[in-house]
Amino acid sequence: MTTVAVPAPAADARPHAPRPTPLPLACRLCGAPHAPGPIATCEECLGPLEPVYDPGRRLPDAETIAAREHSLWRYREWLPFEGAPALSLDSGFTPLLDAPALARRLGVARVWVKNDAVSHPSLSFKDRVVASALNAALGLGLDTVGCASTGNLANAVAAQAARAGLPAWIFIPHDLELAKVVGTAVYQPHLVRVRGNYDDVNRLCSQVADRYGWGLVNINLRAYYGEGSKTMAFEIAEQLGWRLPTAVVAPMAGGSLLTKLEKGFREFAEAGLVADAAPRLYGAQAAGCAPIVNLVEQGGEHIAPVVPRTIARSLAIGNPADGRVAAAAISASGGSAAAVSETALVDGIRLLAETTGVFTETAGGVTVAAALALAERGTLRPDDELVLCITGNGLKTVEALQGALPDVPTIAPRIRELEALYGRDL
Amino acid sequence: MAVTFSLPTVLARLADGQASIAASGDTLGDVVADIAGRYPRLAPRLRDDQGGPYPFVTYYLNDEDIRFRDGFATPVRSGDEITVVAAIAGG
Repeated sequence: MTTVAVPAPAADARPHAPRPTPLPLACRLCGAPHAPGPIATCEECLGPLEPVYDPGRRLPDAETIAAREHSLWRYREWLPFEGAPALSLDSGFTPLLDAPALARRLGVARVWVKNDAVSHPSLSFKDRVVASALNAALGLGLDTVGCASTGNLANAVAAQAARAGLPAWIFIPHDLELAKVVGTAVYQPHLVRVRGNYDDVNRLCSQVADRYGWGLVNINLRAYYGEGSKTMAFEIAEQLGWRLPTAVVAPMAGGSLLTKLEKGFREFAEAGLVADAAPRLYGAQAAGCAPIVNLVEQGGEHIAPVVPRTIARSLAIGNPADGRVAAAAISASGGSAAAVSETALVDGIRLLAETTGVFTETAGGVTVAAALALAERGTLRPDDELVLCITGNGLKTVEALQGALPDVPTIAPRIRELEALYGRDL
Repeated sequence: MAVTFSLPTVLARLADGQASIAASGDTLGDVVADIAGRYPRLAPRLRDDQGGPYPFVTYYLNDEDIRFRDGFATPVRSGDEITVVAAIAGG
């Protein structure tokens, strides 16, 4: 276990700044109401809590939203706060890229890549959820934040907490990719490596949150944190011209992103901002850690946990908290799920780079490879308009490509050496 | 077998505020039955209607998720630590 030296906790960097007020919560299962707070499970039945929005609140129209700042806060009426956000104001609104070469490869009408590989500030979709969670921490008066992470969340919490002047405790599996460790440590949080896999880290963090009362974004701030993922759905709808795709492929770790995509598309339909049918949702996992795919394919009521064995570390959650809800959302949408091999996911990274110019991490490789597998099964349709959710940047997982790319020749700075090497190809 | 049974705060309040309880049994199921008998308000949050683990908690025997063992049939030894954690977390 390694702890990085930390500066003294910052005094409140925003003593006079207005604070957003987090919404009250209610249990998704039994409906029991809960006051706003750092709590993610129902005190009555231990079910998951969700923010309660005022159904009578005034919602903006498309024109109003389009005139707002290019960040996830342009959809603030669907985020779990009253009052304006005060932290992480510039995350979100990543590009939606047309990918015609991928569309030809997949045999569908259109493909777009939702490119959270360039998310600000930490190059993954976790910037969205952390932006929401840190505003919840601020509004609840919490002076310390943190998380259990497979890497991307660690990067996002460390970066955004540093900017907010909040001390952060970040717990990661001991054997995480170097770039994800460095990309966290550089912000000087309390960074702790835990011997074990993500599920071991998660268990520890549940106990840490319980004992110390810190705002661990994906533990006791989870009800607020998860809502940030809806903004990926909102952006897709807006960037397509206020309409929905027919199908979406998204990677699954804990399963939350997929459930929030469904919720986001549904909320925009309910608001009258889109009129299309909800897209079919397809979940992607690596075969070495596919508990949600297993549930979708085999049916049943509960996740059977697995011990993760995959290089897709950001998806290596063997006991996914939202697995059951994600599986239900997939089935209800008319979609399905696919698990892909390690070789296939590396090929997926390369295919996305070669066809679209986007370098994604292993989770994105899983997403692309799953789309290929779904196409080969005949699951995708020729008239499909498909969005691939690319959730992280390839520079974080360069180890995955070792040995997978052609050797790069080295020559002296002389034309004759170049011509000797390439001859008529020049 | 004498074991230690640890609860999160949300469940400890159903056990007279005790977060760590001494209990006994030959299997995890026996231990849970012991605790459930002593703290009836807690019982429905430890076991489901069929007597299996309540779906929104995860049990760990020492450091291992009991679903990778034999669930409630898993034998326990003196000195073992059983930890109950709310299942909705992480990701």
